[in-house]
Amino acid sequence: MITELGHYALILAFWVSIVQIVVPFVGAHQGRPRLIAVGEPAAIIQFLLTVFAFFALVWAFATSDFSLQLVTLNSHSDKPMIYKITGTWGNHEGSMLLWVLIVTFFGALVAWFGENLPPTLKARVLSIQALIGTAFLAFILFTSNPFLRLAIPPMNGQDLNPLLQDPGLAIHPPFLYLGYVGLSMTFSFAVAALIEGRVDAAWARWVRPWTLAAWIFLTIGIGLGSWWAYYELGWGGFWFWDPVENASFMPWLLAVALLHSAIVVEKREALKSWTILLAILAFGFSLIGTFIVRSGLLTSVHAFANDPERGVFILAIIGFFVGGALLLFACRAGVLEAKGVFGTVSRESALIANNVLLATSCFVVFIGTIWPIIAEMFFDRKLTVGPSYFNFVFTPFMILLGVLLPIGAMLPWKRGNVGRIMRVLRPYLFLALAMAALVWSVQTNRSILAPLGVFVGVWICVGALVDILSRAYSSRDILRILRFPRADWGKLVAHFGIGVIFFAICGLVAWQQEDIRVAYIDESYDVGGYTITLRDVQRHDGPNFVSTMGTVSLSDGGDEIAQLWPEKRNYPVAQMTTTEAAIDYRIMRDVYVVIGDRQDDGGWVIRTYVKPFANWMWFGCFLLAFGGLLSLSDRRYRVAAGARRPLHGLLAK
Amino acid sequence: MIPIVGTRRGVALRNCLILFSILSWNTVLAVQPDEVLTDSRLEERARELSKELRCLVCRNESIDESNAALARDLRLLVRERLVAGDSDQEVMSFIVERYGEYVLMTPRLTGSNWLLYAAGPVMFLISFFVGVVYMRSRQCALPSQEMALSKDEQIRLNEILEK
Repeated sequence: MITELGHYALILAFWVSIVQIVVPFVGAHQGRPRLIAVGEPAAIIQFLLTVFAFFALVWAFATSDFSLQLVTLNSHSDKPMIYKITGTWGNHEGSMLLWVLIVTFFGALVAWFGENLPPTLKARVLSIQALIGTAFLAFILFTSNPFLRLAIPPMNGQDLNPLLQDPGLAIHPPFLYLGYVGLSMTFSFAVAALIEGRVDAAWARWVRPWTLAAWIFLTIGIGLGSWWAYYELGWGGFWFWDPVENASFMPWLLAVALLHSAIVVEKREALKSWTILLAILAFGFSLIGTFIVRSGLLTSVHAFANDPERGVFILAIIGFFVGGALLLFACRAGVLEAKGVFGTVSRESALIANNVLLATSCFVVFIGTIWPIIAEMFFDRKLTVGPSYFNFVFTPFMILLGVLLPIGAMLPWKRGNVGRIMRVLRPYLFLALAMAALVWSVQTNRSILAPLGVFVGVWICVGALVDILSRAYSSRDILRILRFPRADWGKLVAHFGIGVIFFAICGLVAWQQEDIRVAYIDESYDVGGYTITLRDVQRHDGPNFVSTMGTVSLSDGGDEIAQLWPEKRNYPVAQMTTTEAAIDYRIMRDVYVVIGDRQDDGGWVIRTYVKPFANWMWFGCFLLAFGGLLSLSDRRYRVAAGARRPLHGLLAK
Repeated sequence: MIPIVGTRRGVALRNCLILFSILSWNTVLAVQPDEVLTDSRLEERARELSKELRCLVCRNESIDESNAALARDLRLLVRERLVAGDSDQEVMSFIVERYGEYVLMTPRLTGSNWLLYAAGPVMFLISFFVGVVYMRSRQCALPSQEMALSKDEQIRLNEILEK
């Protein structure tokens, strides 16, 4: 019964969203406040209906209602409750429902918190947000309905992919979705501004929090996904340049570019049309990501539900939104006149350089991702574009960006002087170079990567600190630093985080050690300065799996520092085996142990990795997100943005 | 959509299982100890080459990471050729001859592939050029333009002043 109600609520949400497209839009166009006023309640009702539909589906999963086709295919009564619930979005239909839920959630947020927006802009934003919602609601209802019943329900389900039965993955998709869909908000604002023909500092100020929020969620989502891949997949890789990872990385890159260009619009009223274009493209890439995963055109191994019909539907959605928005952009961009004047060396031009590099690196990732399709369609060549290509073409842009970052971040608006900034930064540049040289001379293998990572990492981190300290120093009152706006602290923390990530990735890739061998019980061996001993291997029964668990002791110079329990799990229902690596997390390094098969002579395959600075990567991601959060909490988004309301209020007339 | 940055191995494993149901069941880890060559130099070369060859049944995984039986065969083949004294280049050509260009993780810079490699730098030059032109235009813009108030703003200013 609840299922049917959920289905019905979803259909109702579809109709409400159609109302939400048409009525406020017409109202804004004709300047009729009563029509405009429809937008807000419609957005909230649409959200509540979708929430109901979503929870009806969660309920079906939680109660293991196998009369639902989706539950049968993706759940099992023996599964722990938490994974029954998270299984709701561990499949195509459920994840699309989550996607729509978040679209409507953002629409409702605008209705709730957008009281300082001019009514016409708000009406148009809501209308465009509803347009996106409608497209995806139609997609769900017509091609991937989660509420389909089975005529004869089976006794039990087929279980969820065991790799998805993991806490990291349980929370990772919602974050990623919040990020993707958050960019729909920026898109709606951009299109609404194009229709209104007005982009100014106030607009940038309204858009920035939404972009920031979306970017924070994307950062957390990508970080969690990467962490999950690290500990779950059995050899400690954290990034694979897989089409699906790229699909989340491209919007992230563009969101970073957008965050920075929106600052220029806000402070200096320049780069307007470019910012609008970025907003359109960032959401476009989110949609392309959906397409990549859902269509099966790019045969990523992530794509767990491929269906050509769905692919065509999503392609039509992309064509409509991106094509339509770009067309609108082509017609209207001329109206957006830049105002700010600035010199060739200035904060503005540094931010342009940032945008050039980020947009180009996004483009490179895009080309690499779709090249197999292009090559096959136009040149009749079946080929693969793997990680080496991406590392080769992507890394130079990032290094250039990293080298320019501290200088650009300190340049003043309008007109700057690199010499003056370098006078402050020169000692720290030498410090970074000296540390890189030290690393170069100390390390045993002649890898260029590690010194480079150390240089860029230290340079960025120290640069970020110098930036804020020198400003405090020049104001002659060091305590003034405490009263700096939160956005400045956000900038410090996020830039510092990027430096940490640079350092960690290079250090990890350059210095990790690997050992693969057949180990025998109680026979010790050394890996990277640690002594490893396999003590025991036993069988354990889990709720829906059977585990082979090894007991491995890890000692450093004779003292045991940790006991590790690597596992190999066999899920009989899903007929899959997963490896559960055992990791000894430390600040400077992880020791990562994986157990494999039993050999005929009684030994076990054991792989051991020593991974230096792995945790610094996750810590860097955390700093990025935290910096974003600090910036988001800046006072100016709460106070100043409303300043124009009384004079511009259409309803007040 | 991408609920899962990472089911790759999951689904890969499942695909492999469908294809090789029992065969791959017992090969859960990629490189096995019995494959490792005693000559550590050769082994290192073999690992590097394996990273550049894809597993043909598990999408988007190199044979170095893959658990499939076919990937194991390829790894053994690579090592066999290396032990036989082939250069890296010769090993790769040997395998490409048999399995096609598709097996290479990094596309060769031949024919239409120059587009793939040129795209990034060309795009960078174009955007760099556009950026410079834009900055020039901003530099030369009349300062008065920046000062001018729009009609709305003028009205608002008047309103504020009248208060």
